[in-house]
Amino acid sequence: MVMKTITRVLLVAGLAFGMSSAAIAGSHGKKKMAPKTLMGASGLALSDTCAGCHGTDGASGGPGTPTISGLSEPYFAELMAGFKSGEIPSTIMGRIAKGYTGDEVKKMATYFGGKPFVPAKQSYDKAKAAKGAKLHEKNCEKCHEDGGTNVKDDTGRLAGQWTHYLKSTMADYISGKREMTRKMKKKVMKLHTKGGDAAFDELMAYYASQQ
Amino acid sequence: MSKKLNRRSFIRSAGAATAAAGAITMPSIVLGGGHGKKNVVVVGGGTGGATAAKYLKRAAPSINVTLIEPNKTYYTCYLSNVYVIGGGKGIDSIGHGYAGLAKHGVKVIHDYVTGIDAKTKKITTKGGASIAYDRCIVSPGIDFKWESTPGYDEAASGTIAHAWNAGAQTAMLRKQLEEMKDGGTFLMAPPPNPFKCPPGPYERAAQVAGYFQKHKPKSKVLILDPKGKFSKFGLFKQAWSKLYGFKEGSDDGMIVWRGTPKGSDDNKIVKVDVAGKSIETGFGTEKGDVLNIIPAQKAGKIAFAAGLTKGDWCPVNLRTFESTIHKDIYVIGDSSAAKGLPKSGYAANSEAKVAAAAVAASLNGKEAPVPAYVNTCYSIAGPGYGFSVAAVYRLKADGSKVQKVSGGLTPGKASPEVLASEETYAHSWYKNITDDIFG
Repeated sequence: MVMKTITRVLLVAGLAFGMSSAAIAGSHGKKKMAPKTLMGASGLALSDTCAGCHGTDGASGGPGTPTISGLSEPYFAELMAGFKSGEIPSTIMGRIAKGYTGDEVKKMATYFGGKPFVPAKQSYDKAKAAKGAKLHEKNCEKCHEDGGTNVKDDTGRLAGQWTHYLKSTMADYISGKREMTRKMKKKVMKLHTKGGDAAFDELMAYYASQQ
Repeated sequence: MSKKLNRRSFIRSAGAATAAAGAITMPSIVLGGGHGKKNVVVVGGGTGGATAAKYLKRAAPSINVTLIEPNKTYYTCYLSNVYVIGGGKGIDSIGHGYAGLAKHGVKVIHDYVTGIDAKTKKITTKGGASIAYDRCIVSPGIDFKWESTPGYDEAASGTIAHAWNAGAQTAMLRKQLEEMKDGGTFLMAPPPNPFKCPPGPYERAAQVAGYFQKHKPKSKVLILDPKGKFSKFGLFKQAWSKLYGFKEGSDDGMIVWRGTPKGSDDNKIVKVDVAGKSIETGFGTEKGDVLNIIPAQKAGKIAFAAGLTKGDWCPVNLRTFESTIHKDIYVIGDSSAAKGLPKSGYAANSEAKVAAAAVAASLNGKEAPVPAYVNTCYSIAGPGYGFSVAAVYRLKADGSKVQKVSGGLTPGKASPEVLASEETYAHSWYKNITDDIFG
């Protein structure tokens, strides 16, 4: 955990100081330098542009787009860096993340981090959720504390997140398209071997039940 | 046109009601100038106007914000192809009311603005009201250049839809498609650039083809385009051929697109025969069973009436969206000449937030904040088949243009899983952006 946090701090710091506006990939390809543009937009101004897809203040009405409010700042920054580098697979976020400097990402992380996480209003199977609660306790709770509501240790928010998003993210993890931490990989793959997709359905139902 | 949406009769009744109320409260006392509060009037309750009103209240709750919009329900152009024209879900699926804005403290008046006097800073309405403003935000959307479609005019749009402002037009087009016999032709004439929602006509073609495939498999979609290419060109052609047997340069397949070769203007509309349901271009005459003619476009009527235009659109300071012609009037959305930004719903939403922040700053005697803009636009070609274009922009340091700094299209080699995800995101996008605007 300490190692992980240090990596994250370095990552965020690198993002913050390693980039300038000219380093942003322009639309004209490699030949031209990106034109001089006005920098210094506030966290509010930057974050308001996300609302069209992610909901006002990052609270998504779903079902495909995740809620991005109430996340830890390092986690938010890590996600954006992953989208930008392509390390995290995405359809559209990679194209968008490339438009922001590390400093801007940090401002958005602070803005959304300060907004409450609003649990998704979605349907779920009660019986599955009950089983999922047990699976969570056994396999996930150690890092995703408090039933997956706690984001303080720079983990992703699971409880109340949109099922569609959690499912497609988990599919990327399991197929190897997206990298997991060593610890998570061990737990996830073990659970997948043992319980298959059904186990993950139950986990998702549990997270969906926390509204 | 359905009774509910007959604009003229609506304006008549709304006008009468406002005029009656006006006899007691007008002029401008309602707007509470007396308490030293600042008054901002937003003209037009579409994507741009409604967003601006809401975000202005969010930025500065002490400002009096009044939104003037003739209709009680706004029907979004975006997703109208998918939900109504292709999907048959009815126009309620794209309708949004103004109760959400009222909840945020926006005063919503259903009336039609006929004039904006930049000198006296007063707005006049069809209902007879005269409303004073400190700042005015104008977001009237587009109007049509009927001269671009000889034979097809506003009166003719009662039987042949343009369906480029959503609502009754959209419903009419769907109804005509439902009534069409199998083996018929849907004949579409998209507009020349620039026009609102650049991928819209081509998504519509796909959605109509999807409907035909299910219900009228012998039918055709024939597009007579005055352009040689269009937005998401490669992605649409790929989708059309995968889903609807499109072959470029061929009349085989359900969708046939006849573009205009470079250097030729022969495929422009020469004449529309409304009764005979045919369109004549320099290449010949084509007959259809259901026609859809989308005329060339310009800024909405009030922009011209208020003297905010230069050519067809309204020049603005791109940092604030304040008109470069009239001080204290801001123009956002499709009507503005927002160099670098597309005429899309997302762009209007983004521009509205920039303008709202600039207006709030200006009323506080502060410099406008550094703007940030984004556009994201999804198209759905069929079930499980979506794609997008997105961009992040910054203002060029000299203020001359909104410069794209990243973005682009869904890759042409995107997997079926990606295309399916994009379709899901498109629906989520709709939910979230309409909540952001009207919720």
